[in-house]
Amino acid sequence: MSNWQILWQARDQFWSGFLSTMTIFGCAISAAFVIGCVLLYLLEGSRPRLAVPLRVFIDGMRMLPFLILAYLLYYGLPSFGIRLDAWWSGVGALAVYHGCYIAEIFRGSRLTFPPGQIEAAQAHGFTRSKMFLRLILPQIVMQTRPLLGNQLIYALKDTAFLVIITVQELTAAANSLSGTYFIPTEAFIVVIGFYWAVSIVMEVIVKQCGRFGSRRGFDNV
Amino acid sequence: MNASAWHMLLEGAWTTLWISGVSIAMGVTAGLILALIRLARVPVIDQLLVLYISLARATPLVTLALFIFLSAPTFGLQLDRNVAGILALTLNTTAFNAEIWRSAFRNFSREQREAAMATGMTPWITFRRIMLPQMVITSLPGLINEMSFLIKGSPAIAVIGIVDLTRVTNRISAVTYEPLPPILVACVLYMAIIGGLVWAQRVAERRANRLAV
Repeated sequence: MSNWQILWQARDQFWSGFLSTMTIFGCAISAAFVIGCVLLYLLEGSRPRLAVPLRVFIDGMRMLPFLILAYLLYYGLPSFGIRLDAWWSGVGALAVYHGCYIAEIFRGSRLTFPPGQIEAAQAHGFTRSKMFLRLILPQIVMQTRPLLGNQLIYALKDTAFLVIITVQELTAAANSLSGTYFIPTEAFIVVIGFYWAVSIVMEVIVKQCGRFGSRRGFDNV
Repeated sequence: MNASAWHMLLEGAWTTLWISGVSIAMGVTAGLILALIRLARVPVIDQLLVLYISLARATPLVTLALFIFLSAPTFGLQLDRNVAGILALTLNTTAFNAEIWRSAFRNFSREQREAAMATGMTPWITFRRIMLPQMVITSLPGLINEMSFLIKGSPAIAVIGIVDLTRVTNRISAVTYEPLPPILVACVLYMAIIGGLVWAQRVAERRANRLAV
């Protein structure tokens, strides 16, 4: 029996690993997006005293490797009596880490946001939160979509780190298969193919969003 | 944490630093060479390089490190852990660096190249004396950014058993049963390393902007 046939018989393991990676990725990136939006709203200036600690927090996160944050949640939090299992600490670390990156991307775009629009909105009596939700956020998200797409790919790649804190995902599946059958080359080629396919699909989706955005006139502001 | 724990942490930091340093040096050079080869547009090699860059950018470092370390023996190669780690980091960072160098090539001013040609410089001399010094300055911010990404990705090599700054915290807490202090110290050390790079990037950016004006 050739190595590829063995792998084909173990396809369930790959598939469940893939689904697990995609679940982690989906949950984490949705949470990260929300965290990014909330951080941007808080930086918006509703509470000026909050801005400096938030900037320090975001910059601090951006200076740390992802894995050390996962370690902090998985091994460090039990010292405070909070015990997260590997899955939750992995998803939590991914969400907070990439939330900070997304907030930083948004902040960069917010700096170049035309102030005339905000004055016009205030003149029309928009409240701060309505203005943020209806005017600022949609335009900033559409403007930063290439960077967001990049960040999505980084987040997907960071899910592989979770194998180190014993989360069962795609890389863990390949690792255990190559351990069981001694066919590391083929197992990892399949897994790398999975990651590649997902990142190509994400790139295509980002491009399609760009088409949608230019049809709706987001590029003309 | 006692003195031996501090010693282990610093040793881990040194491991991270030297492995990353070697990979950065190799990755920057290899990226430049790949960018040059891609500029030559050799039919088959060009497509292969595009495939390599696309694959290397999508592959997680952990997966790549495991792949290289576990599958090298099936090809009859006995790789040392450190060599496998350096290889994984280098393969990853080369792809990004090649893109940075290539965009520096594409944005290089055409007037200067024409002027060099008019004064009778050979392509090699034009490259070495005119293009390379300016390209180093313009692409330095991007390259340093990629270096800090590499250091942030370097804990991936812990998966093949290299005791780097992240992994060493496990070793220490296995003795002391207090995982939090070594992790926090590792955080501070990482912040110092990457903060230094961010600062260098800011300086490099200021220089690049001065050149552009």
